[in-house]
Amino acid sequence: MTMEVWGIAILWLFLYGYMIVGSIDFGAGFFHFYNKVSKKKHPVNSLIQRYLSPVWETTNVFLVFFFVGIIGFFPDTAYYYGTALLVPGSISIVLIAIRGSYYAFNTYGASDSKVYSFLYGITGLLIPASFTTVLTISEGGFLDISENAVTLDLMALLTSPYSWSVVILAVVSVLFISSSFLQYYARKANDEASFELFRKYTLFWSGPQILASVFIFFALSEHNPAHFADMLDIWWMFGLSFVFFVGVVVLTVLKRNLGTAFILVMLQFFAAWFGYGASHLPWLLYDYLTIYDGFVNTTMGITLIVSFILGFLLLIPSLYLLMRLFLFDTEYIRGNKK
Amino acid sequence: MEYDPATYSRILTGVTLGFHIIFATLGVGVPLMIALAEWTGMRKNDPHYTLLARRWARGFVVTVAVGVVTGTAIGLQLSLLWPNFMQVAGQTIALPLFLEVFAFFFEAIFLGIYLYTWDRFKSKLKHFLLIIPVIIGASFSAFFITSLNAFMNAPQGFELVDGVIQNIRPLEAMFNPATPTKTAHVIITCYLTAAFVLAMIAAYKLLKGDRNVYHKKALHLTMVSAFIFAIATALIGDFSGKYLAEYQPEKLAAGEWHFETETEAPLVLGGVLNEEGEVEYALEIPYALSILSYGYPGAEVTGLDQFAPEDTPPLIVHYFFDGMIAIGMYLMFISFLYVAFRKFKPAWQYNRWLLWGIVAGGPLSLLAIEFGWMFAEIGRQPWILYGIMRTPEGATTADHVDSMLYMFIGLYTVLGVSASLVLRKMFRNNPVAHELERRGMDKGE
Repeated sequence: MTMEVWGIAILWLFLYGYMIVGSIDFGAGFFHFYNKVSKKKHPVNSLIQRYLSPVWETTNVFLVFFFVGIIGFFPDTAYYYGTALLVPGSISIVLIAIRGSYYAFNTYGASDSKVYSFLYGITGLLIPASFTTVLTISEGGFLDISENAVTLDLMALLTSPYSWSVVILAVVSVLFISSSFLQYYARKANDEASFELFRKYTLFWSGPQILASVFIFFALSEHNPAHFADMLDIWWMFGLSFVFFVGVVVLTVLKRNLGTAFILVMLQFFAAWFGYGASHLPWLLYDYLTIYDGFVNTTMGITLIVSFILGFLLLIPSLYLLMRLFLFDTEYIRGNKK
Repeated sequence: MEYDPATYSRILTGVTLGFHIIFATLGVGVPLMIALAEWTGMRKNDPHYTLLARRWARGFVVTVAVGVVTGTAIGLQLSLLWPNFMQVAGQTIALPLFLEVFAFFFEAIFLGIYLYTWDRFKSKLKHFLLIIPVIIGASFSAFFITSLNAFMNAPQGFELVDGVIQNIRPLEAMFNPATPTKTAHVIITCYLTAAFVLAMIAAYKLLKGDRNVYHKKALHLTMVSAFIFAIATALIGDFSGKYLAEYQPEKLAAGEWHFETETEAPLVLGGVLNEEGEVEYALEIPYALSILSYGYPGAEVTGLDQFAPEDTPPLIVHYFFDGMIAIGMYLMFISFLYVAFRKFKPAWQYNRWLLWGIVAGGPLSLLAIEFGWMFAEIGRQPWILYGIMRTPEGATTADHVDSMLYMFIGLYTVLGVSASLVLRKMFRNNPVAHELERRGMDKGE
């Protein structure tokens, strides 16, 4: 692999990480709000809070890492995407800001507020939708690029079937990933009522999730036939993803091995995500920017990769500690330990 | 105002940073104060200090949340508003930006652990140790991000051949001449500000008649720390002045309204500029600028006359510069008074005037942070990369920067108001006296 491919692979991995932890987080926020207003299963919410509270800040860093990293490795993306995404990017920032702040206000503040809960629940679904703009634009066809200006054709973006199919996939995937994690978490907490609820959600969202995935292939074949052809070349990655998905549904129906089921969810998205990413290469932005012409100078590239490795040596044990103390500590999950 | 993306980009960046640094400053400084309180509690076996750490930590989370989201905002806005600059920055200075995220990651992980393990470990030391990575992470992220800002003031570590950047040396870019003074100044003022903001709370409680020993301990811890940090700030500030005289003389000259190059240069305090560009009502201290710049009264200080008008910063920075220094002096004076009274005249230790002076120190210290940043940032205009790229060249060409500006002003207003309401409510609903009682520590005077 060349350094360019290493660079994009690292970033893609981080975006994948964000997709998983972010989805759990966003979905949990939405369920938290939904359960609160429907007054159905209030105890579920303390379970959600126990998971979210220690990790919410960490989740955010995965995202920051990605957009800082992409400027570092591929500075030219700053020029194209930075200029084009002013409006959608700013909207995403506002959503993230509202969500993060009101999550903290609601959780750590003096009282549990319905308005705050609404704000962070609803933005949790809008954020992934707003992020998909970047993915959609990267397929080409939405930017008007001339000698010294880059403009986004907002109308084309809003009327494109492809763009909407990505939005739908993003939203249902969030709910699917989140509920499949929470059913596992609830089971570990011995909270049968919550478990049943999230199991229901998992099964409910599995249908739209897979339908949206299939639909996106059609939309993409219309929008960017070249990319679609490249995807067909590695069709087995998407096939694998589907196999993992079937595994998830089967285990959920059988109510068995839910930890494994969640790992399968992660693998399902891993295969699809990297299949999509690999077939997108070498383009960062279709027809304009490849990973080769947008790469940072070699010295900086090496420095970044070295610092990435050193940084990771520091992070892995810390992340392990975080998971040991909260995610995998049964007593904590059950709420017996503060 | 006519639509000019560069101007709107500057205002929006200024607004975002201006809002962010309030929370970022506390984010860097407060963990250190929490650690000091927890450590004191452990060493003296005094549960009051431990409770202090606990309550500070609780309020801290709310400010951290706003700090994190506005930090994310400025991180993204750099690319959205300054795409051309970021293209260059990516080539030369991606390293500190990248490392900053690692430091932030490290901090985020341990902050989560710290906040949720108060009652988990048998050994108090174990829990205390968890705040150390938070302090390290916070201070290092301040260091890295400030070194990027230092690079914008003193770009080096690359060559420009026909407009193309070549021969990049990332470490040299990161450790540029401005890095030591800038980073040290930023970090120490974060500590100073956090100490004063927390002292403000204690002083206010004492003024309101809550004579609980808890608040007295809080006041003592924060004021002694503040005094030490204030001395360090003054020392580092002096180095920063000498740095400017050497490397960025027009910034210092604009800040000081020093128009003509001369030896034995006087320091201009306060004053206003009249229509003819002359200084009125100012207090002049002979030789002081020469001493400030080079350490001896006969030194020659470069004036604005040495620079083309299009290369000099706006003269308004003088007010920010003086404001920052005046507040710095005030903070040092007030904390000195507290320490001196405590030692020599304990009867005056809780004097109403002194307490009000401390209360004022809280908002003033934040104001000084704002002034300092405004001086540093506006003072390097017209450059975004000193001597290399002018600010408008770095800005976006996109439409709608003006609407984005209004949207963000709205957002920050809402966030600022909500955060204050939440913090107020949090501590109103759970006053110290109640918590002391609940924890069986009700031995206050």
